[in-house]
Amino acid sequence: MKLRTIAHSRSGDKGTIINVSLIAFEPRHYPVIVGEVTADRVKAHFAELATGRVIRYELPSIGALNFVVHGVVGGGVTRTLALDAHGKSLSSALLEMDIETDA
Amino acid sequence: MKTVRIGCGAGFAGDRIEPAIELATKGDLDYLVFECLAERTIALAQQAKARDPQLGYDFMLAARMEAVLPVCRERGTTIITNMGAANPSAGAEVVRRIAERRGLKGLSIAAIVGDDVMGLIEDGDFTVMETGEPVRSLADRLVSANAYIGADPIVRALEQKADVVIMGRAADPSLFVGPLMHAHGQSLDDCDQVGRATLVGHLLECGGQVTGGYFADPGLKDVPGLDNLGFPLAEVPERGPLVITKVPGTGGVVTPATCKEQLLYEIHDPAAYMTPDTIADFSNVRVEAVGPDRVQVDGATGGPRPDLLKVSLAYRDSFIGEGQISYAGAGAEERARLAADIVVRRLARAGVHTSEIRCDLIGIDALHGSRLSRDHNRPYEVRLRVAARANTLPDAQAVANEVESLYTNGPAGGGGATRATREVLSLASTFVPRHLVRCDVRMVVI
Repeated sequence: MKLRTIAHSRSGDKGTIINVSLIAFEPRHYPVIVGEVTADRVKAHFAELATGRVIRYELPSIGALNFVVHGVVGGGVTRTLALDAHGKSLSSALLEMDIETDA
Repeated sequence: MKTVRIGCGAGFAGDRIEPAIELATKGDLDYLVFECLAERTIALAQQAKARDPQLGYDFMLAARMEAVLPVCRERGTTIITNMGAANPSAGAEVVRRIAERRGLKGLSIAAIVGDDVMGLIEDGDFTVMETGEPVRSLADRLVSANAYIGADPIVRALEQKADVVIMGRAADPSLFVGPLMHAHGQSLDDCDQVGRATLVGHLLECGGQVTGGYFADPGLKDVPGLDNLGFPLAEVPERGPLVITKVPGTGGVVTPATCKEQLLYEIHDPAAYMTPDTIADFSNVRVEAVGPDRVQVDGATGGPRPDLLKVSLAYRDSFIGEGQISYAGAGAEERARLAADIVVRRLARAGVHTSEIRCDLIGIDALHGSRLSRDHNRPYEVRLRVAARANTLPDAQAVANEVESLYTNGPAGGGGATRATREVLSLASTFVPRHLVRCDVRMVVI
């Protein structure tokens, strides 16, 4: 199933670093995203778009993860040639990830 | 126990004006904040000021003040804004003229100056955080250097009974921290209270992004009335949980989901959100719906304010030339790819110097590249976008020309070509000791 069926997301930029949140619609799906959506998987998912490390922060109190993606290709919001200079559409790319769950 | 009502009337420089009028007239606000300053905006404002010393403030300042100043004066709502951009004193003069013409006798306007640290940076020995290079190496390419200043001068302006506070590069949440701490008579040394006020600022600072903007996804996350999106306000008691809401009757929604998305927006480590006022900890924040479009938020804390202030540096980097053209029907993608190939070869043949070139097929792979875009249905029409970086404006213009030339020299059926060139002001950052950044409050009374 696609991640977007159980979670929502928002992305924002700070220079060449982009953060992408992932928030479970239902509390019962928080353990699913914790188990399925690892920093390594997110790094592989965004391999073409960012070359640096991906750090994952866990926020159990709101059932959310926060991914900090370093080394955005193209040099960040002010100088990149990319159409979406801010990376604001990256949330939609994360939600396209396929996950395994019967929860 | 007093509950302070604080609203956000703009989340970026070009934001809508009517939601602020709605907040000012129906929000029963103590404070109305306008956050209009992105990193690049202040660099552009600095360039405007270099051309004319009376300019350099936000281009929508007069329009926003004309819209809300009289009603805010009537209701006793204090306005706080970073629309001073590169020239808060000139911005204050604009506000003064409007206030005089509208007969707002007794109105006090405070301009906060001191965030412009260009002189300090040029004379000092600082390092660019992103590259490790000396800031000096940017030499005459450096356009602006502005320190992120905190809530302290805002509190001082409010203690002098300012009705309008206009400043430049404050940290966005500080625009809210200042009035909240002042209104509750709390010290900026009360770390947890500053952390809590920083959370309020962070949730409100992007305007409609917490009331249903940047959120809707039809079928999954529906939001009513986005054409009439209401901007947010917070009801903040002296201590404990606070409420995020909006003016009844406006479009949008305030739900735990909208608040969670905004809570993490542009956040890295949620336990260490650094501002000039504190290092805030949002990692244990709880959100709970307590009524229609009412969400209760609690659990933010904060540590002592950092000794160093971040400085945003803008420098002249390069030029970008860009052209676009569309192809339709069977073979549209193949023709667009052929067109891209022609442009790249032409630029080489014509000796146009570019350091980087990018060809996107809008509708196919422009946003996220070829791999994530694979296996999706192909559209009926495709738009080629070629963007390239050059060191000179003529070379950037040549890139746009080559795309436009596809009309008569490229594949069949190319239509709707557009072209653009722009100078790139890039951003970097450095840190300066707090004590070297002196902020003054300049009061004018009508």
